[in-house]
Amino acid sequence: MEKTVNQKAWFLILPVLILVAFSAVIPLMTVVNYSVQDTFGNNQFFWAGLEWFEELLHSERLHDALGRQIIFSLIILAIEVPLGIFIALNMPKKGFWASLCLVLMSLPLLIPWNVVGTIWQIFGRVDIGLLGYTLDKLGFAYNYTQDSFAAWVTVIVMDVWHWTSLVALLAYAGLQSIPDAYYQAAKIDQASRWKVFRFIELPKMQGVLMIAILLRFMDSFMIYTEPFVVTGGGPGNSTTFLSIDLVKMALGQFDLGPAAAFSIMYYLVILLISYVFYTVMTNLDKRDGV
Amino acid sequence: MAKITLENLAHSYLPNPSSEDDYALKELNHEWVDGEAYALLGSSGCGKSTLLNIISGLLQPSQGRILFNDVDVTDQPTAERNIAQVFQFPVVYDTMTVRDNLAFPLRNRGADASYVAQRVQQIGEMIGMEAELDRKARGLTADAKQKISLGRGMVREDVNALLFDEPLTVIDPHMKWELRTQLKQLHHDFGHTMIYVTHDQTEALTFADKVVVMYDGGVVQMGTPQELFETPEHTFVGYFIGSPGMNFLDAEIAGRHANIAGTQIDLGAGYGAIDGKTQVGVRPEFTRLGTGNEGLPINITRIEDVGRHKIVRADYKGQEINIIADEGQEIGADMNRVVFDPAGINVYANDWRVKGEAA
Repeated sequence: MEKTVNQKAWFLILPVLILVAFSAVIPLMTVVNYSVQDTFGNNQFFWAGLEWFEELLHSERLHDALGRQIIFSLIILAIEVPLGIFIALNMPKKGFWASLCLVLMSLPLLIPWNVVGTIWQIFGRVDIGLLGYTLDKLGFAYNYTQDSFAAWVTVIVMDVWHWTSLVALLAYAGLQSIPDAYYQAAKIDQASRWKVFRFIELPKMQGVLMIAILLRFMDSFMIYTEPFVVTGGGPGNSTTFLSIDLVKMALGQFDLGPAAAFSIMYYLVILLISYVFYTVMTNLDKRDGV
Repeated sequence: MAKITLENLAHSYLPNPSSEDDYALKELNHEWVDGEAYALLGSSGCGKSTLLNIISGLLQPSQGRILFNDVDVTDQPTAERNIAQVFQFPVVYDTMTVRDNLAFPLRNRGADASYVAQRVQQIGEMIGMEAELDRKARGLTADAKQKISLGRGMVREDVNALLFDEPLTVIDPHMKWELRTQLKQLHHDFGHTMIYVTHDQTEALTFADKVVVMYDGGVVQMGTPQELFETPEHTFVGYFIGSPGMNFLDAEIAGRHANIAGTQIDLGAGYGAIDGKTQVGVRPEFTRLGTGNEGLPINITRIEDVGRHKIVRADYKGQEINIIADEGQEIGADMNRVVFDPAGINVYANDWRVKGEAA
């Protein structure tokens, strides 16, 4: 087909450019601006170059937060993805109970983050919380305000409670799209339950699972509100994840320069991991096609 | 390989069927002889697939029993019945290679590795896919995927029966002939009991030894292609088989004669008193155009030349009649009569054929 050249067509993308500029580029640029300057208040700024970046790259505090963040994300992915698939496989396929399950499953997803935090904060308290009190009476040394292990368990269980439904609902949608004929053929071929899962259900869920993993990774990597409400990042720094640390730095200590540099690196890390994950998954797909 | 017996079998998709209309499959007694090839023919929604799924155990019938070689298998799950079934739309295991797809049913039954390799090679050749055996099944065309499904159906040699549920719907016409021929060859070589569901009469008539015609949840006739053509037991069989289908004309039957809207014709056989709605049925192949006073007076409305012969569409007092004329025959303006060959006339009462008393 012959193409006509019309440079005026560039004007047609102007609205999008303006929108993206205001929603993403300009806010990001202010952060970039802060990240290369230092201030002593009074709205006076001094050029600092890449000093903040260098400092942060060698900061033990940041390394620890990043380490905790990665461990946290890996743990919740390792629990939520298999658990979500397992729940989806065992949900009723149709009828009243299927609808009921769907509604019950989506309830945690509808609760605001800070409310989730408050619920678990109270639920886990040893003096008045049902969970904390019961565990304490049963003889478990459970106190999330003093024991880092208990704090971690609380934060992880809370995240699993809050977000496993998302994985389950996505996996369920994937399962629903498999035509009956596949299951019938598998019965004819005398495939075991495991083989049905491995060769029919899992391949058909691959697309939605990729989205689920990506969403859960990004969200968990940026988690702030719920652990902040429950533990405030403690005891000590044991549940201080990247976002919590960032807010402490930016608003608690008012170190705008380092905090801005921190934000940019944080952003790049998420972008990089998501990109690598996405590329690997889509390439796996392509390789199968040949 | 097995003889399959159906006893008082019926199925309804409703939990509490009350009337006969609630049944997708009406009560049925039938025996599929070991080693024969059957075609199950009927329009969409007549219960063909339901019957097939009951035989393979994918569906539990509401009533009745299924026996393989006189052993009751009604409560046996699909896996234990050892049946192969191919569906209308291709089912392949995307992440496996074509070879693994074909080997899957054999491996699941714990077959010997060297036997699997040899058998898969053989099936690969049969479906014309030896070159693609090591490709992933994902990304193949619908055609190729359906060939894999067929191959998976044929790979086991010891199955009790092979069931096909309109398997060639998505296949190219030229490949259809080839695959059908190979299915017949397979039947010839191994003598499996085969049941082939289709709504395509050509497919049914060329594939099977016996054709079972279903209509509205029940079997209306079972017979050889010739029987279905010459003596349809039900008006549906007359309509459905043949192109164009049988002509049916409302008539009053009295002894050897029929009175069709005022004109008497000879039936070639005597009939007793018949109740209900009576019709005569004549295939277009048993009619010819005439002149003068013979047969029935008609108006020719249209002539279609289909190459081998001409189909004359005519009208007799509001009832349509199709006549087949030879390709070379001139159709003159004076040809305003149709003559029925008495040997090709059948009499129907309430849609079912009534036998004549002696020719």
